[in-house]
Amino acid sequence: MPATGALDVPEVPDTAQALSVHGLTKRFPGVLALDAVDFGVQAGEVHALIGENGAGKSTLIKVLTGVYQPDEGEVRHQGTPVAFGTPLAAQRAGISTIYQEVNLVPLMSVARNLHLGREPLGRFGLIDFSRMHREAAETLRAYGVHADVRGPLGELGVGAQQMVALARAVSFEARVVIMDEPTSSLEPREVETLFGVIRRLRDEGVAVVYVSHRLDELYAVCDTVTVLRDGRRVHTGPLAELERLRLVALMLGREMGEVRAEGTTKFGGEHEAASQEPVLRAEGLSVPHQLHGVSFSVRPGEVVGLGGLLGSGRTETVKAVAGALQASAGRVTVAGVPLRGGSPAAAIRAGVSLLPEDRKAEGIVPGLSVRENIALAMLPRLSRAGLVSEARIDALVGTFMERLRIKASSPRQKAGELSGGNQQKVLLARWLATEPKVLLLDEPTRGIDVGAKAEVQRLVDELAANGLGVVLISSDLEELIEGSDRVVVLRDGAVVGELAGDEVTEGALMEAIAAAAVQGPGDPAGREEAPRD
Amino acid sequence: MSTVNTAVSGFARRHGALLALALTVVVASLSFDSFATGDNLENVAVSSAFLAIVALGMTFVIVSGGIDLSVGSVFALGGVLAAWGSRHGPLVALALPLVVCGLIGLVNGLLIARARLAPFIVTLAAMLGARGIMLNITDEGADTFLVAKDSLFADLGRGKLLGLGFPVWITLALFVLGGVLLRRTRFGQNVYAVGGNEDAASLMGTSVARTKVSVYVLSGLLAGLAGALNAAWLTSGVTILGQGMELEAISAVVIGGTLLTGGTGFVSGSLVGVLLLKVIQNVINQIGSLDSAYQQVVSGAFLVLVVVLRVRPVRRARAATGGGRRRSPSPG
Repeated sequence: MPATGALDVPEVPDTAQALSVHGLTKRFPGVLALDAVDFGVQAGEVHALIGENGAGKSTLIKVLTGVYQPDEGEVRHQGTPVAFGTPLAAQRAGISTIYQEVNLVPLMSVARNLHLGREPLGRFGLIDFSRMHREAAETLRAYGVHADVRGPLGELGVGAQQMVALARAVSFEARVVIMDEPTSSLEPREVETLFGVIRRLRDEGVAVVYVSHRLDELYAVCDTVTVLRDGRRVHTGPLAELERLRLVALMLGREMGEVRAEGTTKFGGEHEAASQEPVLRAEGLSVPHQLHGVSFSVRPGEVVGLGGLLGSGRTETVKAVAGALQASAGRVTVAGVPLRGGSPAAAIRAGVSLLPEDRKAEGIVPGLSVRENIALAMLPRLSRAGLVSEARIDALVGTFMERLRIKASSPRQKAGELSGGNQQKVLLARWLATEPKVLLLDEPTRGIDVGAKAEVQRLVDELAANGLGVVLISSDLEELIEGSDRVVVLRDGAVVGELAGDEVTEGALMEAIAAAAVQGPGDPAGREEAPRD
Repeated sequence: MSTVNTAVSGFARRHGALLALALTVVVASLSFDSFATGDNLENVAVSSAFLAIVALGMTFVIVSGGIDLSVGSVFALGGVLAAWGSRHGPLVALALPLVVCGLIGLVNGLLIARARLAPFIVTLAAMLGARGIMLNITDEGADTFLVAKDSLFADLGRGKLLGLGFPVWITLALFVLGGVLLRRTRFGQNVYAVGGNEDAASLMGTSVARTKVSVYVLSGLLAGLAGALNAAWLTSGVTILGQGMELEAISAVVIGGTLLTGGTGFVSGSLVGVLLLKVIQNVINQIGSLDSAYQQVVSGAFLVLVVVLRVRPVRRARAATGGGRRRSPSPG
């Protein structure tokens, strides 16, 4: 691992910091989530905290806000060591947090949410509701929320709810405000309001920690940046002086030199795809807040990678294609036939299968046997008049267990007892059994061991060679580069570039991810028609 | 949906039980001469009082997102302890059941909030345990402790003020206090917040564990008090009482407009729910020819009706917000 950025970590003077951690280490079973991390935010500073999945951002935030306790190192508040045992303790010390999801109570009224825990009290120590409602309406006006504060919070739009959360966090007389991806559910207009609030906080001397994957936002509102990677701090410094490309290189752990050197590494196993019509074509896919006119196509026997940082819309793209996410605009055609219905069932019938990112939540049924897990999706195909032929299932399950080398004591073993890699293969078998035309793989090798990883990668190669169209998402840059024939690059829910053939290199991919130009939705100016050979 | 429609459905949702109660009372008064008599109404009121006190505690538990199945057994235990204690004066007769039943609530609350066990299981165990303790005290129900008819404690159950029994006045006072506690204090707000979205409540700085423990203690205390008052009224600690009372209390709370999933509800609704159940029971008793078992069929029908009316708008609200419990958008 190159020691990128290790040289330019400046020592920040301790005294000026509103909130800081020193030599912070946090372990979870089998994982070193944070490894001797130093981090600090000063009063009147907006400090960006960034890093890829698993870099340790959320763990750091949870330690700062008292959700987790550090294993080693200490947290200092205004220079004094503190130990926040609970979120409440951190809040009392003036540290407020806004989470990515709206963490309020939808059934309670807006005002009650805003004031929970410090309701204005009147006679006999009872809550003074008229004062509470008056104050709530006043407070929220500054955040552009003009709703009935007596009504349930749940009736507000998600953006307005986020604003209520923000107002709540700030009105705690917070000295430190931590925002974890606060814009993920906001409209552009609401983002502007949010930025206005952040700037006002900064001018009032509040320290702000801002976590986001959207580079444009970081450059718009942050002063300083700290980059985490694999649980370590790799860079801290003023953001304005840092090139986007360098920032991306720091996040991904690649040398600038490597990036610039236009590497010509060719991956093996390019697939025959040139002459055929696309088996999958997505045109102008849009999902409010998430995707803005994403278009791409996949030919039979081709592996198309979706590149981009966390939050760029990769997962949302495949979900929209597979009908798991309702697209507000755009269309998907499979082998020339428009896909109708927008439901997973319709997509499966048309021959599109999605291997989801989150195996546990969205794929494997751990209590069912390997056999039942594999047979789940093909039951409709295997049954006649509602009756299922056991023998045919056994035959098919046997074939797939052999072909994918699924290591289980028997087809009757519970899927939950298998290793991560074998669970992934069971899921692959499930979808292959439906005889798909297109396979969408979202992080197919995350969390599985090296051996199984290689096997899954080889399988993907094999499947493509057999004529399947494959869409591959991977945070592992090498896997994406080596596994894909073409890479479509996404940023902020839009296609910002496409690499094909010799262009598929880490350097080119990172250039495309970091590109500063703001592309309009559906008008990917950076996109090039890929040359075919 | 138009605003008028929303307003109407909102009113029906909130006060549906009250409308049903009013309707039932009017119809019953017109149909049976014996219904609207002072004696009969007083009878309904007193027999409602004990269930109502139990339902009051249950309302707090359910709003907090929990359930308390132990209240029926705790009610019976409270009655036996009060009758036993009444030999040592009215103070012991009241304090003993409150202390013991409060402790049972405390253990329930600690197991649920600290050990994070499921409320259903914990309070089911407490239901068995409390009944076991009661049977042990009474030698398998062979001993029945009596409350001396002329004692001060018996007066608490049998005395009257303005033609209504003391238990009725005590119940009304408890409901006023309970209503203020739930709606107008920070503790009450925390109960709503914990039931509405526990994770959010915790992140917002609410002490979730303390809130949960408090509601189970409250429920235990109220069930014990109801049992004691009932023993004073009957002048006896009857061991066979309280069976199935937990389900009756839950029904009353839900009919009264409290959502079983927590986060919303109000105590006055539970009082109306109890009255509705008891009036229906009374009316069916008036129809001599109708098997009293039908009372449960009618109660069941009301329960389903109320839940159907309640759940739909709430689902819509949750769907609109994406809910406090929505899954995070998967990062891509």
